[in-house]
Amino acid sequence: MKILKLIIFVFVLMSFNILSVKSENQESKITKNLRCLICQGQSVYDSDSEFAISIKILVNKKLDDGLSEEQIYMYLKDKYGDWIHYDPEFKKNTYFLWLLPILMFVIGGVIILKLFIIKKN
Amino acid sequence: MASLIGSYSLIFGAFFSFLIFFFSIKNLSKNEILDYKIFYLSFLQFLFVLISFLGLILSFVVSDFSNETVYNYSHSTKPLFYKISGTWGNHEGSLLLWLLVLTLFITLFIIESKKQPKKYRVLTILFQQIIIFGFLIFLLKTSNPFNFIYPSPKEGLGLNPILQDPALAIHPPILYLGYVGSSIIFSSALSAMITNYITKEWAKHIKKWILISWIFLTVGILVGSIWAYYELGWGGFWFWDPVENVSLMPWFALITLIHCILVLEKRQILKSWVIVLSIATFTLSMCGTFLVRSGILNSVHTFANDPERGLFILIFLFSLIFLSIFVFFIFNKEDKKNNFSIFWMSREMSILVNNWFMMYFLSVVLIGTVYPIFLEVISSEKISVGPPFFNKLIIPFLIPFLLIMSIGPKFKWIKSNLNEKIFLFLLLILSLFLSFFVVKNLDVDFLIYTILVGSAFYLFFITLRDFFIMRFNNLSQNIAHFGFSLFILSILFNNIFTTEIITNLKVGETFHSNKVKIYFENIEQANKQNYKSLIGKFDVQNSDGVSEILKPELRIYNQPNIVTSEADIKTDIFEDRFITINIVQNKEYFNIRYQTKPFMIWIWFSVLLISLGGLISLIKKKYEN
Amino acid sequence: MKIKFFPLTLIIIFIFIFFFFYKGLNNSSIYSPKLNFEKEIPNFSTKEFVSNKEINSFDVFKDDNFYIFNIWASWCIPCKTEHAFLVNLSKQDNINIIGLNYKDNYDNAKSFLDELQNPFDIVLLDNDGTIAIEWGAYGVPETFLIKEKKIIKKIIGPITKDTLIEIKELIK
Repeated sequence: MKILKLIIFVFVLMSFNILSVKSENQESKITKNLRCLICQGQSVYDSDSEFAISIKILVNKKLDDGLSEEQIYMYLKDKYGDWIHYDPEFKKNTYFLWLLPILMFVIGGVIILKLFIIKKN
Repeated sequence: MASLIGSYSLIFGAFFSFLIFFFSIKNLSKNEILDYKIFYLSFLQFLFVLISFLGLILSFVVSDFSNETVYNYSHSTKPLFYKISGTWGNHEGSLLLWLLVLTLFITLFIIESKKQPKKYRVLTILFQQIIIFGFLIFLLKTSNPFNFIYPSPKEGLGLNPILQDPALAIHPPILYLGYVGSSIIFSSALSAMITNYITKEWAKHIKKWILISWIFLTVGILVGSIWAYYELGWGGFWFWDPVENVSLMPWFALITLIHCILVLEKRQILKSWVIVLSIATFTLSMCGTFLVRSGILNSVHTFANDPERGLFILIFLFSLIFLSIFVFFIFNKEDKKNNFSIFWMSREMSILVNNWFMMYFLSVVLIGTVYPIFLEVISSEKISVGPPFFNKLIIPFLIPFLLIMSIGPKFKWIKSNLNEKIFLFLLLILSLFLSFFVVKNLDVDFLIYTILVGSAFYLFFITLRDFFIMRFNNLSQNIAHFGFSLFILSILFNNIFTTEIITNLKVGETFHSNKVKIYFENIEQANKQNYKSLIGKFDVQNSDGVSEILKPELRIYNQPNIVTSEADIKTDIFEDRFITINIVQNKEYFNIRYQTKPFMIWIWFSVLLISLGGLISLIKKKYEN
Repeated sequence: MKIKFFPLTLIIIFIFIFFFFYKGLNNSSIYSPKLNFEKEIPNFSTKEFVSNKEINSFDVFKDDNFYIFNIWASWCIPCKTEHAFLVNLSKQDNINIIGLNYKDNYDNAKSFLDELQNPFDIVLLDNDGTIAIEWGAYGVPETFLIKEKKIIKKIIGPITKDTLIEIKELIK
């Protein structure tokens, strides 16, 4: 039961799913989550390559056209592949990425429960 | 000449490894005391590596371009300071520095461990020598810093300008002290297990090494972050870049170990867990070395890509892993007779919960960093795992973590009850209320921020109160925890209140908004030793009419020909004002970014406080209870 | 039994990890987007270089012929080296070469073409780089080979002798 509660608790927490900087404008928020293809270690926001500058202009244009944040990511992923988005989608090839840490957390909890609390009785 | 001496000196160092192996194994079964030859030999090995390192520095100072490393990373017009720091600003030199610290630490260990059992000491020296020997071979075989070029070039290729920076000159040495310190923990844990010496005394003795490594690692990461803040991006200080993650992983393992070793010291339980953590700490440091040096990951700070080097470290790393697995399963004696039940309301339980969360954070960082490599091998798809991933998985878990961190230290060892329940509960309500009023009017996700800020406030108030009621009792822990609450609070507020203006301006133009007025006065050129600089002069006026001059700079380096943008930052205790300029292609305009970043200095300060906590624990053991 | 089972699994797991890292070493860490052959070329409208008139991509890629779409700029040094190959290609009759002038200014681009010959049937303008993004390009030069309104080949970076031969093979 406790474990079940724990899992539910974790998922409730996960579903808040927000935690980025909101007071900034939409554009910086989006470009921070995009990876630059020229300076591949940096985000579009941090990079000042020609490519990054153009992406910033494009993001602004798309926002003016009324596209949502998600739609802009979809548009760019369609052009450049999933790689450009720093936030990997939850899908077949990333199940492990998202769930393995949670699984580790659950296993850790079970070990502590089993070894130190249940043993006592 | 200097490189010649350096080169031979390194080979001598490798030769000493054999001698140390020989005498250590001989000493293991024979005498009752540690053979003094081993100490002298270790010391001599250290001296030879030191000479070799000095030889490399000298080659850099005199710009001896017949040395390949100097040719690749130096230039005669570079200022002396950066000629010297360039020694460890590259793969070969930094490995030599790594080796230097390794040999230094084992020498110090021999001096420091005089009171420990002989067999344990000799075994530690043996394990450590295996690591040293591995690195020596790695250095000599795949990344010799003393390769000759003939005919010798007239001029070097120069050091990447973003590395020509005072913070980055001291960042690697500090960081390596942390990384390498973990190797001592590794060797010592294995030897202690073999000799069945996992006791209170061992815990006391190894705690010093854990603390030292952790303090250096913390400060090293801090310096790196500060550098990234003013040099790399636009006001970010942590990018969840693979190389940053790699330094964070052993950090998590070390901080877990610091907590866990206390339980071992007090109650003689969790022995296997301490050993596993000790092994993990060094393995993670090595894994980091592998990820960074092999070029397998794509990062801002990549060293030259060389699969051969990668392969060597990979094999070395896994040999150490398998060695430790074998040692662990052969010698680990689970203390089954020992009845180690842990009461749920006790200090050791709260430390265990701390360990649990730390291991979770560690696994998030580890999986997030290596998963793209695995995925590519399986499906040849490439993905990026970046800040959103880490934020989503770490931030929700920070809330229970902060709460446990506030309450946990209130418990006593073995079995206790929570005193002042009502007070603690009221304080929690108060913190949440306070945070409610802070967050209320902001344009942020309300619920999670209220709880998060509230929990951080809670820890803040509780530790603050403890300064008064506990005084010098538990001072180190209290300072570190207080620092952590300050750290979380300043990061949160920094995130929430950062404002940013991005605009294109040319000289003479003014940017207006309701909060700030930015006037682009002029731009000046200056010639420096190895770069030309364009310095913009901006008059920034805030809404109160107070104005100040900010002078961001563009540097055009001669060798290699790279343009860097140097931010101008004005710091006070409430906020940083941060401005950068950049060239716009084919236009007379400059791209201007102006940011106000609140509580920046508090982030740095709180990290220093956290490490101060460690330092106090290291030197004032008598206050510990 | 239980005691032996655990270390064994651990060793197997680590062998797997070793294997993954080892394999990973041979992969390049630098990313370049894969080409999706199914996709039609993007629709866009922009200005024409000489007349400065608005033009739509429908009117540029009219039929199912071979087209070469080349992104270039006068400030881009590799563009100069590949220019001769483009001029060479322009002598073939069964292909149209479309240029996209990327973030350039008119005078520099004009003198670039005057100096090194103009291989392009039409030159389009991309002042802010957003059209290049429509094409999934991220640098200059980049070249696309188009057949039946689909991209059949993409070259990132300058055209070389080898890629020129490949293109000629494809359009035979």
